[in-house]
Amino acid sequence: MCLAVPTLIKSIDGQNAQVELGGVERTISLVMTPEATVGDYVIVHTGFALSVLDEKEAKETLAMFAEIDALANEDAA
Amino acid sequence: MKYVDEFRDPKAARRLVQDIIERSTRPIQLMEFCGGHTHAIFKMGLRQVLPEHVQLRSGPGCPVCVTAAADLERSMAIARQPEVILTTYGDMIRVPGSQGSLQEARAQGADVRIVYSTLDALEIARTHPDNKVVFLGVGFETTAPMTAAALLQAEEEGLQNFYVLCLHKLTPPATRAILDAGEVRLDGVLGPGHVTTVIGADAWNFLPEQYGISCVVAGFEPLDILRAVASLVDLYEADEAAVENVYGRSVRSQGNRIALEMMEQTFTIGPAEWRGFGAIPDSGYAIRETYAHRDAARVFDLEIPVVTEPKGCRCGEVLRGVMEPSECGLFRTVCSPRTPVGPCMVSSEGACAAYYRYGAEL
Repeated sequence: MCLAVPTLIKSIDGQNAQVELGGVERTISLVMTPEATVGDYVIVHTGFALSVLDEKEAKETLAMFAEIDALANEDAA
Repeated sequence: MKYVDEFRDPKAARRLVQDIIERSTRPIQLMEFCGGHTHAIFKMGLRQVLPEHVQLRSGPGCPVCVTAAADLERSMAIARQPEVILTTYGDMIRVPGSQGSLQEARAQGADVRIVYSTLDALEIARTHPDNKVVFLGVGFETTAPMTAAALLQAEEEGLQNFYVLCLHKLTPPATRAILDAGEVRLDGVLGPGHVTTVIGADAWNFLPEQYGISCVVAGFEPLDILRAVASLVDLYEADEAAVENVYGRSVRSQGNRIALEMMEQTFTIGPAEWRGFGAIPDSGYAIRETYAHRDAARVFDLEIPVVTEPKGCRCGEVLRGVMEPSECGLFRTVCSPRTPVGPCMVSSEGACAAYYRYGAEL
């Protein structure tokens, strides 16, 4: 029940959005994430978006992995 | 960015595992609360790649599994009432009760329907005005807001025939109950990413403050979980206790304000009965007096027979992290996903189902 994948918002109509979930077009509710816009990725649980994924935060996390890797390569050199 | 493949890079995963191996000098036992994490950990074979002294225990984070037997009986009794359409998330339908499962009740004529969302349950209520449509509200803080939203929507529309049997539960009190019981030693907690998206990372501050252990909130991709384990090892090795959030792309410190407000409007917090634990204080959402006319537990005031757990089933111990599924005498012999004895084998989030599917000898 807590499993959810990042889902792309294709269009918005009022409080509802069209997304593609597992190859199926679905309408989800944005009532809990009114800040969501077309092109955002959201975490969807049982038909409701619970959060809008923050690209800046995601990039920072990925940069941290790259940094660990760079440090490891330095150690090896 | 699609937020999936980027967090599955095998090279970065190997590096993180190497980091954990290098930095971890003493035995550490961690618990993943969330059934979604349990599933992901088994699927990626994480237990096998970590050093032996970095132990992961599965916790009670499977909503279907922790639903008390008496609550399951109540849902079945309601489903059998005339004119009732019981709507539920898919997992609940196969959990065996004393008189069979909801699936069997359906075969005997009860109108039980699987819905993907509370929005679907509302739609059934709209299109079946002569029926009483009851939504079986099961799940933690990830699904409780959707039930709250449905209650508010039904009220706004004046939808007279929509009810909720509210069995929603809160995760921090169960974590506290495990620590208070002292049956299993924990040196850190892998915080549930989507529960914490709702309640906020600050909700876990009691772990370092009152129990002296760390909580690192993690997402569900391999790099998310490995990163969290690495952080928990680092904190433990430094003799520090803190809350860290390595799932910042979804989790904010205060959570989702709108979801929390919707729950505040519709629910009160009180004691709840958990399978394997008994009653845990302040661990359940109940429907506020204002919405009592939609509370199926009050509207359908039914006598529920006293129920006992299935003989030999050790779901309780598995949920408390005291026992591994493979230590249960029924595991793989009598109990399997096709013929589950207990709920931990039914739900994909259950530890027994994860063991069964991805290998038991771990």
